[in-house]
Amino acid sequence: MHKLDFFTQKRLSFGLFVMVLIVLTYATIIFTEYNVAKGFTSIPKAVRWATANFYPDAAAIKKLPAILAKLSDTILMSVASATVASFFAFFVAIFGAQTTRINVWFSVFARGIATVFRNIDVSAWALILLFSFGQSSFTGYFALFFVTFGFMVRVLIETIDEVSTDSVEALRATGASYFAIITQSVIPSCLPQLVSWVLFMIETNIRSATLVGILTGTGIGYSFDIYYKSLNYNAASLVIVVIVISVSAIEAVSNWIRRAVL
Amino acid sequence: MQPTTTIIVRPWNAATLILRITIISLVIITGYAFTTFNTRGVDFWAGVDMLGSNFSALLLTPYLKNITFDVMVHNLFITIGLGFLTTIFGAAIALGLALLAAQNLAPRWLTIIIKGLTAFVRAVPTVLWVLIFAVSAGLGSVAAVLGMTFHSAGYLIKAYSESFEEIDNGTNEAHKASGANWLQIVFKAVLTSSATALLSWTFLRFEINFSTAIAMGAAAGAGGIGYDMFMASGFYLNLHEMGAFTYAVLAFAIVLEAGATRYKASLSK
Repeated sequence: MHKLDFFTQKRLSFGLFVMVLIVLTYATIIFTEYNVAKGFTSIPKAVRWATANFYPDAAAIKKLPAILAKLSDTILMSVASATVASFFAFFVAIFGAQTTRINVWFSVFARGIATVFRNIDVSAWALILLFSFGQSSFTGYFALFFVTFGFMVRVLIETIDEVSTDSVEALRATGASYFAIITQSVIPSCLPQLVSWVLFMIETNIRSATLVGILTGTGIGYSFDIYYKSLNYNAASLVIVVIVISVSAIEAVSNWIRRAVL
Repeated sequence: MQPTTTIIVRPWNAATLILRITIISLVIITGYAFTTFNTRGVDFWAGVDMLGSNFSALLLTPYLKNITFDVMVHNLFITIGLGFLTTIFGAAIALGLALLAAQNLAPRWLTIIIKGLTAFVRAVPTVLWVLIFAVSAGLGSVAAVLGMTFHSAGYLIKAYSESFEEIDNGTNEAHKASGANWLQIVFKAVLTSSATALLSWTFLRFEINFSTAIAMGAAAGAGGIGYDMFMASGFYLNLHEMGAFTYAVLAFAIVLEAGATRYKASLSK
């Protein structure tokens, strides 16, 4: 049989890949009953509406102190949940990492728990925790806590195995105790990475906290929801401006810290 | 007597100083945060106490009451479909714009404009984009798809353009020297050498969009299994049904994660 040359083969497999994607996309559009035409016409409509109604005006600026108070609630909750969850996750990761585990079964157990925690979406956690904590800050706090915990256990296990394997081996050869190995080698060598990941989770949590706030009635998400539902779009747009500024500022600070530390 | 000298084992430098300051500030902010929590009359320890029995109801005795199993699976696939659609749309938009945002492919002024705009798009949480589009398109799948596509495109433009900037400049220059035009360089050098990076970013975004689609069902009326969860939590107050939905979502999320892990492992071989 005639063998196709290299470029033709590549072109064929690429064409097949694109074809499969197009067919899948078309099938999904039909299945989800997504209205493509309405999607396209909605974009210019949204732009026209936004330029006419969606900007902060003088009356909205008067609400700024109230919005900033809610924003600080959200940021504080994000920092607290990321920090405390990472602290616990670090211990679990030490017992779960291949380099430092004390027991194979505990390691499997730790990874399993972390998989469950991070794969339940933060909005689902919020809806579950509403049963226990009602519309209090605890609901949002624990929703962010669980997801952060699951994520941090996974990345910290990888970090420990990556960063400290050699130094742990060296210390073990000198006859150092388990406790000494952890405090003298694992913790100091992982700390910069740990802090970098905590900063990443704080950024993620602030975005998630907005969503959780809409579901649980707390923080900046709640202020947006109230203004939005009462059709006060000027104030709602001010909430967005405030979120954009604070998210960008926190990203800039954590990038600066990351560059200095890593 | 011998003179003694002190050897500093771990000298202080800027990195350790900033590290310590960061950790201490995080601890202080966390401590302060706990004093500001809005309890709304909810007793914390009673809630923690209830958590145990709620978790056992959720995870040990899941059953469906208000919808059938078939409807649940159908709604799960609606959510998956929304995640898929927005990833494809976002990727298609991002592929074009990322070429104009990469510093080695486009003029500097253009990359600055596009990167600035996408930074703004990413700074607004997805749910707010969906709600903004919902004003003109109405709450539902159209607003959800538009809002999620917007945010995905912003995210993927950043990821793609950084992948383009990372590729070996030699390949580009070799093509340029042999007289290839911009489009030929893009198709023969840039896209081929960054294809695996683009695929991994897109897959990662699909994982994100799947969980966002759940959230949009719950918070922005996008339907799917997120809406079922919202009803079970806020309307029927049925933890057992919530448990069934949780398992359904968890099953697909774990399949996705396992797929991503295997893909990563096959790349590093």
